Amino acid sequence: MTKLFTSGFSHLILFIGIFIMIVPVWMIFASSTHTSSVINMGGLQMFLGESFYDNYLRVLLYKGGFFKEITALKMFFNSFIMATGVAILSVVTSLMAAYALVYYRIKYASFLFWIIFITILVPLELRIFPTYSIMAELNLVNSYFGLIVPISASAIATLFFRQFYKTVPDELLESAKLDGANTWRFFIDFLIPLSKTMIVAMLIFMFVFGYNQYLWPLLVTTSEQYWTVVMGLKMMSGSIVHRFAFVIMSMVPPILIIVVLQKHFIKGVFQDK
Amino acid sequence: MSFLDLKNVTKIYPNGTKAVHETSLSVDEGEFMVFVGPSGCGKSTLLRMVAGLEDITDGDINLDGKLINNVDPSERDVAMVFQNYALYPHMNVYNNLAYGLKNRGIDKKTIEQKVNDAAKLLQISEFLQRKPSMLSGGQRQRVAMGRAIVRNPKIFLFDEPLSNLDAKLRIQMRLEIKKLQQKVGVTSIFVTHDQVEAMTLADRLAVINDGIIEQLGTPIEIYNNPKSLFVAGFIGSPQMNFLDGNLKNKTLSAEGFEIRDINSDFEGDVTLGIRPEHLIQSDNALINLKVELVEQLGSDNLVYGQLKNKNDFCYRCPGNQKVENGTELNLQIDENKYYIFDKSSGKRVN
Ligand SMILES: Nc1ncnc2c1ncn2[C@@H]1O[C@H](COP(=O)(O)OP(=O)(O)OP(=O)(O)O)[C@@H](O)[C@H]1O
Ligand SMILES: [Mg+2]
Repeated sequence: MTKLFTSGFSHLILFIGIFIMIVPVWMIFASSTHTSSVINMGGLQMFLGESFYDNYLRVLLYKGGFFKEITALKMFFNSFIMATGVAILSVVTSLMAAYALVYYRIKYASFLFWIIFITILVPLELRIFPTYSIMAELNLVNSYFGLIVPISASAIATLFFRQFYKTVPDELLESAKLDGANTWRFFIDFLIPLSKTMIVAMLIFMFVFGYNQYLWPLLVTTSEQYWTVVMGLKMMSGSIVHRFAFVIMSMVPPILIIVVLQKHFIKGVFQDK
Repeated sequence: MSFLDLKNVTKIYPNGTKAVHETSLSVDEGEFMVFVGPSGCGKSTLLRMVAGLEDITDGDINLDGKLINNVDPSERDVAMVFQNYALYPHMNVYNNLAYGLKNRGIDKKTIEQKVNDAAKLLQISEFLQRKPSMLSGGQRQRVAMGRAIVRNPKIFLFDEPLSNLDAKLRIQMRLEIKKLQQKVGVTSIFVTHDQVEAMTLADRLAVINDGIIEQLGTPIEIYNNPKSLFVAGFIGSPQMNFLDGNLKNKTLSAEGFEIRDINSDFEGDVTLGIRPEHLIQSDNALINLKVELVEQLGSDNLVYGQLKNKNDFCYRCPGNQKVENGTELNLQIDENKYYIFDKSSGKRVN
């Protein structure tokens, strides 16, 4: 009886939490399916309207910006490229950096690691001027490369992978060696499959990190062709329903990535246990 | 030159620990060599140097007529079974066995055949598709063996592979390892700190203490003829009894008795060693044992007690012999089966 009560009670709390988080999003979504005049006169709406297709299609294909060159569709494309690039590049570099730190006999490996770690204390905003000037000198302003590379070195991911590698027993490396595996094969055949779940988690994390970038893309792109979704949130002009529609759509890619990859994430966890 | 040849091999770890002192050793082709010694004596270190997992500080190792000091472990063609098996957790049993073959560029069909043969030999065929985490300890042990066998290496190295198993399984696997080695005929080195395991498995035994091989020989040689106090105490179960004494003019005087006409010219303080099984009850006895505890093993009785001088002492008698607590036994040493060691150096003197 008490068990039923506590479980009922905790579910109640969870439902309240979900309610508080979902309702504003729902209201924006519901409002985005009405016409502007409905919103202007009646405020935010709780129920779906009739203009879903009109509003969303217009937002996706409307050429916005100062020079009317960029559509929301292109922004999504840019954000996707940027977030994917950041996710993949940072995971790959962190994997390899951690591998070198743990498995190569580098003299000051732990000192080097702490140097890398300290960069967590130096966020992009702090180094934005030198980073920008490097990109400018390399002629990488207004390019995907310039958008992606400067934020793709992740000390946090390196930390996670390093800590994980340290828990891999030495005997595994040793018996792999005796089985004829060189360092590269050990990395590919052992560490990567063993850290699969962690790689997926880091990919999600870094994708969302890349997707949410605002200041850096703002700085490093002058051409509207490279605008990202998050920039667009600020820059988009248009009526209120169109902005609502854009906000709703901007939430879709990260949610999609989490939903898609989390399946693998959970599967990986269960298979390895 | 024999199949595996260690010449003055020394290992000093970077922190200054000297784990192995100028050790020389030869292992013949097909031989089953066992390294035995107490914890921390350097057995694993010696084995790992043969495998190439530790650098050699000094000396030479030759395998099959080739100097391998600087050969990478992946090129040495040795296989090792680790204490915790070190199976590849993300690969199924089949791939665990096949991995080493794949790295050698062997074609798929041959690999399949070799893996299946090895699996049959070790009776793990039905587990080939399972992950190691879904196997019992004994089955994992077999997979680890299979991974070594399937490659048909020049030499097998075992580092205490049985110590994670329960007592019964350990004895069973011990037998199987011995049978398997005889069937496959691969030169093997087996490290253990369990002297029963060492005695039963070995063709030849190296008793190691403090980084030095104290004695090398067949198990029976070492049992019958220990060259030092350490070896005498380490090999044999229950342990050999040790009594203090003095040797002069070929006469040994210990507390309460004397032994004459000893074939040694040594003079000075000595330790007399007598194995519990080399004693018989007799009327004209040397040793008087006050019984405190009797362990009945069925086939044997182990009788523990004290001598007059309060020295602990053990006597082993057949299981059908009745011994009561608190009684006194008169014991005679069986046909000169005693060992005399120089007390200061521990060297055998008779
Ligand atoms: N990596 C290392 N660095 C420094 N000293 C070490 C290292 N590995 C082992 N030693 C030392 O070398 C000596 C021999 O160690 P080794 O592992 O060979 O012992 P062992 O005979 O295998 O013991 P056990 O039966 O407990 O496994 C020990 O004194 C140990 O402390
Ligand atoms: Mg050891």
